[in-house]
Amino acid sequence: MSDSPAGPWPGDDQTARNGAADEAPRRVIGTPPPGVSLLGDPATYTPAAPPRELPADPDDLPGAKRAERVVAACFLIATVAGLAFLVAYFAFPVHSLVGVQRSNLALGLSTALVFLGLAAGTTIWVRRLMPDVELTEGRKPLRSSEEDRAAFEQTFNEGADASQFVKRPLLRRTLIAAAVPATLAPIVLLRDLGPLPRKDLTFTVWRPGLRLLKADANTPVTPGSFSSPGGMITVVPDGYQENFDALAKAAVIIIRFAPGQVEYTNEDHPVPGKVVANWTVDNIVAYSKICTHVGCPAALYEQTTHHILCPCHQSTFDATRGAKVIFGPATRPLPQLPMTVDAQGFLVARHDFTEPVGPSYWERP
Amino acid sequence: MTARRRHPAARYLVILLGLVLVGFGYALVTGIGEASAAPGSALQGQIAQGRAIFLQECSSCHGIYAQGVPGLAPSLIGVGSAAVDFQVSTGRMPAREPAAENPRKPVQLTTRQIHALAAYIASLGGGPAIPSAAQVSQSGAHVALGQALFVTDCAQCHNFQGAGGALTYGKFAPALTASTPTQIYEAMLTGPEAMPVFNNTTITPQQKRDIIAYVVQTRNEPNPGGFSLGRVGPVTEGLVAFLGMLLFMVFAALWITARHGKTHE
Repeated sequence: MSDSPAGPWPGDDQTARNGAADEAPRRVIGTPPPGVSLLGDPATYTPAAPPRELPADPDDLPGAKRAERVVAACFLIATVAGLAFLVAYFAFPVHSLVGVQRSNLALGLSTALVFLGLAAGTTIWVRRLMPDVELTEGRKPLRSSEEDRAAFEQTFNEGADASQFVKRPLLRRTLIAAAVPATLAPIVLLRDLGPLPRKDLTFTVWRPGLRLLKADANTPVTPGSFSSPGGMITVVPDGYQENFDALAKAAVIIIRFAPGQVEYTNEDHPVPGKVVANWTVDNIVAYSKICTHVGCPAALYEQTTHHILCPCHQSTFDATRGAKVIFGPATRPLPQLPMTVDAQGFLVARHDFTEPVGPSYWERP
Repeated sequence: MTARRRHPAARYLVILLGLVLVGFGYALVTGIGEASAAPGSALQGQIAQGRAIFLQECSSCHGIYAQGVPGLAPSLIGVGSAAVDFQVSTGRMPAREPAAENPRKPVQLTTRQIHALAAYIASLGGGPAIPSAAQVSQSGAHVALGQALFVTDCAQCHNFQGAGGALTYGKFAPALTASTPTQIYEAMLTGPEAMPVFNNTTITPQQKRDIIAYVVQTRNEPNPGGFSLGRVGPVTEGLVAFLGMLLFMVFAALWITARHGKTHE
């Protein structure tokens, strides 16, 4: 095509165009031909040149020159960093963990430099080279003209008429009928947020005679095996080792005390801040592991101070005094699990907790 | 020679020389004491040597008969040789001062002296013994089971990677990064300081070995580095950098939008 002696348009060959260029003055496409004013005859029309709103040049020309160099340097940094990104993408192998780390570092650093260079450059450009002038521009009224509104109304009514929506009530009603269930469906799906907990928060799976198993070892515990004062282990209800919904409430810690360390009270006339004596076995006391603040597992037990610490918000409970709160945001003691031993001598629950475990909730009795 | 004697480093050299001489002399004297203080059996001699060490290093806090001093130091009767070995071999004892938590320090006694001290304390009232090498061996130990047990019984205080953590009123659970298998076994058995006791019927010797194997295994896992929060990587530095950069960006935004220079009216 380019070898063709003639151009794509017949008669429009090189010499003809060159000749035309020589004869006529250069003219930029899109501007009126010379000698013709779009504003009419200059003799009758004297344009009132509007005052210039924006200055053509900054006041501080040498400063602007310096700023220009800084901006250009920023853009060059961005250019180099962008090239570095491309190089790094191919240069760093990602076949090992360390390789991925190095590649990420190189790609991240170069990307950061690209954006930093662009951002710094444009910011300096705007602040140092562009004029800092506030301009206000009047806004047209938002309301359409009366003619436009009338025309729209007419178009709309014509369209509604032509669509038969008004004339054919059968179509209209069936369409509305089709929309109603489709709209209701997502609302019905909200039911999946339920069911309501009802009594679930009040009770746990502990029931009379249910054995306490050492968590993870899944072995029953005897007072004889759990014999060293200062011992503390987590236990779970037998048969619920893998039932995490149940364990979220039923997890229990048991603590072995030395004789005389625990302040006891009686089940019939319980005193707050004391351990119910006949719910314990050989100075072994069982408390709910679920913190009464927001339900974290509270199991940081200090055998010297007998503190049970919750790691989430530092609620601290005194294990010798019925897990009474001595520090932190919790407001209720950890509930004590009533214990006894079964015929084989293993620790079992006497019955469920007598109060809800874990954090307070709206309907808590 | 005179010029050298006046050299500022000379006096330090003399002091150092004196210290070295005293040290060697002391070692020589105590060495002779060890040899001569063996009246009957080897155990008797060991106990006698342990008692001498006890009187010198421990009795000021724990009392001359190891009966303990209320409010200062607990009784050592019946704590067993495992507790002594743990406390002294980790450098926690002899303690520098009464504190909420005695930190790990450089060991101050030789292994031989520690075993003598442990034998003396054991002779006062029994208690858990120092585990043998076979009892803490990791061969045949079940690391996965050890992890499950560690997460249940240890991680709440010591962190799931054994990095340690804070307790109440200045106490803390130490990191397990420097603990030897023997020390981990002894800690479980005796419950040093605030740590609960896990006797051999609560966590069986086999389970103790599993736990030890897990703790040792975590040290070989790749560490992403940074100020370690239990090998979660450079999260702390990241947070500091994040907050610092946030502050920088706030000031940058203020600077960008601030009016500047002469305004054109």
